[in-house]
Amino acid sequence: MKARAADRVATGVIIGMASLIMLVLVGLIAYLLFRGLSHISWHFLTSPPQSIKAGGGIGPQLFNSLYLLILTMLITIPLGIGAGIYMSQYAKANQLTAFIRLVVEVLSSFPSIVIGLFGLLVFVNLFHMKYSLAAGALALTVFNLPLMVRVTEQALNGVPREQKEAGLALGLSRWKTISSIMLPMAFPAILTGTILAAGRVFGEAAALLFTAGMTTPRLDFGNWNPLDSHSPLNPFRPAETLAVHIWKINSEGRAPDAPEIAAGASAVLIIVVLLFNFGARWLGRAIYRKFTATK
Amino acid sequence: MQALIEIERLNLFYGSFHALKNISMDIPEKAITAFIGPSGCGKSTLLRSLNRMNDMIPGTSTHGSIKIAGADIYGKDIDVEALRKNVGMVFQQPNPFPKSIYDNVAYGPRLHGITSRHKLDEIVESSLRGAALWNEVKDHLKRSALSLSGGQQQRLCIARALAVEPDVLLMDEATSALDPISTLKIEELAQELKAKYTIVMVTHNMHQAARVSNQTVFFLNGEVVEYAETEKLFSNPQDQRTEDYISGRFG
Repeated sequence: MKARAADRVATGVIIGMASLIMLVLVGLIAYLLFRGLSHISWHFLTSPPQSIKAGGGIGPQLFNSLYLLILTMLITIPLGIGAGIYMSQYAKANQLTAFIRLVVEVLSSFPSIVIGLFGLLVFVNLFHMKYSLAAGALALTVFNLPLMVRVTEQALNGVPREQKEAGLALGLSRWKTISSIMLPMAFPAILTGTILAAGRVFGEAAALLFTAGMTTPRLDFGNWNPLDSHSPLNPFRPAETLAVHIWKINSEGRAPDAPEIAAGASAVLIIVVLLFNFGARWLGRAIYRKFTATK
Repeated sequence: MQALIEIERLNLFYGSFHALKNISMDIPEKAITAFIGPSGCGKSTLLRSLNRMNDMIPGTSTHGSIKIAGADIYGKDIDVEALRKNVGMVFQQPNPFPKSIYDNVAYGPRLHGITSRHKLDEIVESSLRGAALWNEVKDHLKRSALSLSGGQQQRLCIARALAVEPDVLLMDEATSALDPISTLKIEELAQELKAKYTIVMVTHNMHQAARVSNQTVFFLNGEVVEYAETEKLFSNPQDQRTEDYISGRFG
């Protein structure tokens, strides 16, 4: 009887904790959407911000965030997956490997503001990249790479040993076994990790303050020459992202509707991250089904 | 019968653990040879030496020689991938790839460079026939291999191994995860396959060794205790330890 009562209490407490977390999450999202949704319009999403007048939008910032995300992922995904494959399949169990793993762990727990300052010193100053998308993307790569490496390593380690042996026993080379058997099986886990990394990039502000900068030049969305300084595609121009913009208008915005703009921008940020999550999960499942011929 | 596999003074260490001690034996071609013995006696280790699957385990060192069709498989210029193509393996747990039935069988041939659809169709059919699975799956080759029963999955794994045209088939306790009826089917299949392939099987099940194999090798603590024709080994063992084991006194 006593054991049963304890069991019931434990179950209740655990359900209570889970509910509390759900409640916080749902409450937070609902609050942000409630405050921000009414402010979102096509005009808001596409027009540039105003510094003194009301009626500014977040067009360039939204574009900057998405573009920076793409640039960062272009660097992070190949590097992270490559290093993850190395750590999981090629690295010998010795001190060097243990040291690399330690470095990856330490790097992943670095405060992002520190990475931002590192980016300022190295990419912006030392490499003369100025405040630019490229400097921001590199800083975010430093910030993201450990996560990608660890996720890939764990995803590959999670592939059953029997599958790897089946490939090798058929006379496949190590690389063919990894690329054609193990990576497809690890794909959903790697994708989930990539989404997490992407979410962090999209919402990151501190690492970008001193790398991608807090301003955006006047952008001409008809100009697709990536070397022109007014082209949105130029990776060497400064770019204030959505998250940085929210921080900036909240702390020093002088437009009369600054609180509304911050609320609207926050809602947009949340919605994009959610869309990204659901979309990528759906895609991951679809691709996994295609790879594995399961229904 | 002619020996296809010749093992000479083979010693194998896992780190400092001496797992195989000075093993020499000849394994005849187109016959079934069974390795029996208690857990940890080295029978699986020896089996996995025959296609160098032990290479994957760090800290393993192998001394002595294993010749298959005259070529030393631990020699300097051996192509391990070609060796494994020639020495197929079926594992304890059925391990089909999470792909369709067709793709499982076509996998090896495809990665070894066969692209013709027609040729692949032929290989898939003949391999599935060879593994006595064709009649059960021919109408749904596109279905996931994971939708098959355990016994069917194991026969699919045999078909997958046959598809790259090996000479030798290693079966590492290939029926220990299966029900009795599936086990029987695999045993019958092995009997048919020995007309074309040299089969070496590790089994925990002495009755299986007695039913299926032509020769039986009894291992204990990394050594060969007795190697004889199966009938002889089970009816008239020469070594006291063999007799103790097969009469169920230990192991």
